[in-house]
Amino acid sequence: MSNFVKGNKYEWEIVIGLEIHAQVKSNSKLFSNSSTAFGSNPNSQVSLVDAAMPGMLPVINSYCIEQAIKTGIGLKAKINNYSVFDRKNYFYADLPQGYQISQYKYPIVGEGKVSIDFKDGSSKDIRIVRLHLEQDAGKSLHDQNPTKTYVDLNRSGVALMEIVSEPDIRSADEAGLYINKIRSILMYLDTCDGNMQEGSLRADVNISVRKPGEDFGTRCEIKNLNSIKFIKQAINYEAKRQIEILEEGGTIQQNTLLFNTNSGKTKPMRSKEEAHDYRYFPDPDLLPLEIDQKIIDKLVKSIPELPDERKRKYAEEFNLSNYDASVLTADKSVSDYFDSVIKSDKALIDSAKIVANWITTELFSLLKEKNIEISNSPISSEYLGKLIKLIKENIISGKIAKDVLIEMFESKEEPQIIIEKKGLRQVSDTSEIENIVDEVLHENQKMVEQYLSGKDKLLGFFVGQCMKKSKGKANPKILNDILKLKLSKKN
Amino acid sequence: MEFKSINQLKSLLDENKISVKEIAQTYIKKIKEKKDLNIFIYFDENIIDDQVKEIEKLPNNKKLKGIPIAVKDLFCTKNMPTTAASKILENFNPTYESFVTQKLINEGSLFVGKTNLDEFAMGSATNTSYFGNTINPLSNHDIPLAPGGSSGGSAAAVAADLCLGSTGTDTGGSIRQPASFCGVVGIKPTYGLCSRWGIAAFASSLDQAGIFSKNVTDASILLEEIAGHDERDSTSSNVAIPNYSKQLNSDLNGKTIGIPKEYTVDGISDEINAVWDDAIKSLEKKGAKIKHISLPHTKYALPTYYIIAPAEASSNLARYDGVKYGFRAEEAKSLDEMYEMTRSEGFGKEVKRRILIGTYVLSAGYYDAYYLKAQKVRKLIANDFIETFKDCELILTPTAPSAAFPLNEKQDDPIKMYLNDVFTVPASLAGIPGISIPYGKNKSGLPLGIQLLGKHFNEQEIFNAAFALEKDYE
Repeated sequence: MSNFVKGNKYEWEIVIGLEIHAQVKSNSKLFSNSSTAFGSNPNSQVSLVDAAMPGMLPVINSYCIEQAIKTGIGLKAKINNYSVFDRKNYFYADLPQGYQISQYKYPIVGEGKVSIDFKDGSSKDIRIVRLHLEQDAGKSLHDQNPTKTYVDLNRSGVALMEIVSEPDIRSADEAGLYINKIRSILMYLDTCDGNMQEGSLRADVNISVRKPGEDFGTRCEIKNLNSIKFIKQAINYEAKRQIEILEEGGTIQQNTLLFNTNSGKTKPMRSKEEAHDYRYFPDPDLLPLEIDQKIIDKLVKSIPELPDERKRKYAEEFNLSNYDASVLTADKSVSDYFDSVIKSDKALIDSAKIVANWITTELFSLLKEKNIEISNSPISSEYLGKLIKLIKENIISGKIAKDVLIEMFESKEEPQIIIEKKGLRQVSDTSEIENIVDEVLHENQKMVEQYLSGKDKLLGFFVGQCMKKSKGKANPKILNDILKLKLSKKN
Repeated sequence: MEFKSINQLKSLLDENKISVKEIAQTYIKKIKEKKDLNIFIYFDENIIDDQVKEIEKLPNNKKLKGIPIAVKDLFCTKNMPTTAASKILENFNPTYESFVTQKLINEGSLFVGKTNLDEFAMGSATNTSYFGNTINPLSNHDIPLAPGGSSGGSAAAVAADLCLGSTGTDTGGSIRQPASFCGVVGIKPTYGLCSRWGIAAFASSLDQAGIFSKNVTDASILLEEIAGHDERDSTSSNVAIPNYSKQLNSDLNGKTIGIPKEYTVDGISDEINAVWDDAIKSLEKKGAKIKHISLPHTKYALPTYYIIAPAEASSNLARYDGVKYGFRAEEAKSLDEMYEMTRSEGFGKEVKRRILIGTYVLSAGYYDAYYLKAQKVRKLIANDFIETFKDCELILTPTAPSAAFPLNEKQDDPIKMYLNDVFTVPASLAGIPGISIPYGKNKSGLPLGIQLLGKHFNEQEIFNAAFALEKDYE
């Protein structure tokens, strides 16, 4: 699949590398025991360490280390037995220590890869350079007072994993797929809650353009994007901006940019003269982190089934296409729901594709309308299984089933009960259907004549009339057969 | 009234010959009398009275019940402000108690006040303090002398008999050198023996808490109280702390003591070398074997130290930015201006000098040539000691290149000032323990110190040899 974009003069290739900042799912911070809960009152989750009081020292939270290792395993990456925490020195009001503790030369996780899936069934590997742990900063609140800035340190010291990719991404869509895939893996591993709205997952985008086959161009970095929509917008805007400059004979200035979500444009964050020299050096308050291979081995064993494995299983066991399987497995809770529907009745194993469709179309649209997560779906996986089985057994038609599903969504009742209560059971009794067909043909003799004289399309009209008479309950296949038979006899 | 030792005072207290209140009153009086020496940054009779009430309730088996202790004003204390002798922390009242001072409180110590120091422990004369110089109590009337530094206030407090012991911190000699200048005992234990939790940081990989006292026994009593593992300091070691004072033993038979040739430095006065010789002879007499050794990388110690310590300091002191606590310049019109003004006005000259040096050596393009190289040399220096200690238990050297110098000397020559640390810095870089004990006097009657260095966590061996040498001047 070619991703080249056309400028006014030439074809261009966009080259993208991503730095994803994922908040480690952990009750307490990376170097202190303060809570990480989101949305608490400002400065209510700040320890002496987080506020950088004199003489306070960081202590590594071993749970965060385990979470980072698990993530590394999930990214098929090399886990480094030796890693070092460094100080990244710079001044900012919401950075209480005057430095961020991060990992520079020796990250905890090395090279890995993730694969992304396209609609046409193909896949592509995106290589991971490294994953390192670092502290989040606090938050400066500029909008609370006309002349003052307030600082909220609740976030200060929260553990982040920075996942750095190689520049293997070639379009905004690929970037979207990549982030979704990373998010999916982290959520399967339960190492990040994946909540982009709350800032648990943010990305910096490194982007450059080049003519196909040429060396990499000069890149710009777009900082701190927290939605896939904005990431795609920012990439497309920035690529266009760079292409225009180059086609007019200009050169790209390496720069750090911010994306304005209102204007849809990128603009420089700081000029070159203001560029930071972070003066990284190993944090002397922390010893190098040495991880026993036994701990890593134990964590490897604790890794749950990941999206790629499930995807493979779905393709092999249920005959789903690679893309369908990837859509279904992207969100662990969706995949869990799917599994649970299939498991509810052996008979459904052959109908996996139907189950998948019912989940991703009908159920999704109901959930989306009411803004409910699938894990809280009012329709249990067991009941959805029952509904699909009723369709399979011709007890109700697919069309009726959609109405039943809506009813189930509201009443939380079993489909069987709704069907009985409302008399929606499909009519498969041939004599009953024959009667209906006879009535319809009798009432529409002119149409019958037209049909017989060659207007085949009228069959649909007869089907519709019969269905209407049966209140939609007639088994469509039996109805079709009887109708055709009766019409042929009239000939 | 002068009390000679912790054990003496403790016995008086146990026999009800003196009360905690009387001890407090005695020392309050002494401190007031010596006010001119500017030993304390913080001294408040009310705070002492409050403590007396609490301490009186404690059982007599509390090891330090009623023992008057002075605290270097780098240790954060809940009931007294903590300044690090800097304007930037003027009026800072910690809500927490440092590990070391908490341990002393737990055993019933009576804190008499917070002692003066060089600003953020950066200096060798207690003359960079925002709160003015401390004067060495041993000065004659005409020429005020420096008490050494950075823990000059704590050393002077013991020398002036304003307490029986005091806490200090030693980053490159800040306990041992002032101990030598003031004629008291000062021990810097192994890096990691005492938790750094609650001590305002200067250079994290070197800072270590320690003790000043009138004699070796008291130093051993106090050290065994403040040592110990602390989960809140990742560099604190989890080792068993011996009962140093009970195990004190002046028998040196079978011990080998190394005399490093690199510590014979040009320009060092004969008096210093004479004292060193005396101590060597005495050790020999007491049964120790003397071995002439070489620590070949010694000459690189001072430049190495003056790269690593400022580098760490430049980062450690970044938190003093006017945002959260301490001094803030109010006239600033932007965030950057607030930083610039706060830190320009809040820090003194020496602190700013070291922040500049530290920032420079960590800068892109200079990091490898300075900081990284210094770390490598530091390893070599540490290896020198490790190799040497394969053949000897202890190393004996002078503590400082001179006796206490006049206050105004070396003020404007930082390099000359830095040379004060020449004998103390190598042990700091290696993280090994060292003690300075007074051993003789110069022609002017000023005390001179000698330094004993030992293996990591072998403070007992140091105490024992110091205990033996101490007897020469009893």
